[in-house]
Amino acid sequence: MSGETITRSQLSEAVYQEVGLSRNESADLLESVLTKISNTLAGGESVKISSFGSFSVRSKGQRIGRNPKTGEEVPILPRKVLVFRPSQVLKSKISGLPVEQPSPPTFGSSEFE
Amino acid sequence: MTGVDLAEEGGKTMTKSELIAYLAEENPHLYQRDVERIVTTIFDEIASALSRGDRVELRGFGAFSVKQRDARIGRNPRTGEAVQVDAKRVPYFKTGKQLRDKLNNN
Repeated sequence: MSGETITRSQLSEAVYQEVGLSRNESADLLESVLTKISNTLAGGESVKISSFGSFSVRSKGQRIGRNPKTGEEVPILPRKVLVFRPSQVLKSKISGLPVEQPSPPTFGSSEFE
Repeated sequence: MTGVDLAEEGGKTMTKSELIAYLAEENPHLYQRDVERIVTTIFDEIASALSRGDRVELRGFGAFSVKQRDARIGRNPRTGEAVQVDAKRVPYFKTGKQLRDKLNNN
């Protein structure tokens, strides 16, 4: 699916349109939201946005990885990763999108008719 | 899976309303109901972008996108019975580099 890419500027424009703060302040508030969520997660706390989804932090243990090019074994250090779990509401909004079907086998040469 | 545990186990959770309360406190010149509309607008906007099949890229934080899961034969874990699972689209989030580093205190 060749969709567009939305960035901070469209999101803060939406805030500007909806609330009537200045464009600058709308952009600042968007940034405050993202910063607060980031800091909370960095502190080990989860963040749950109802009807959107939840972000939580998982600790991954050390494991042995392999350099795919050289085959060499390298230790992957224990680290934390962020997991996003979409809410049921968000999932059902998106599941309605058309799905690309694998092209069925074609018999004959209808392609060049 | 080895060496994996949920950091959220017994951990705290910040909810949307706690986020709103925090922002309202930081911005005393705004009404709490405006802060509420701001936060709601941001997440609604992300959700509707995704439902159009668009991607939302917030540099430093992460990117939301829609991925396709192909149809597969699943199995009811209780009965072992095979079930057809249709192809579907699901929301996906990839953490931004800056946030990933922040989680690991780099």
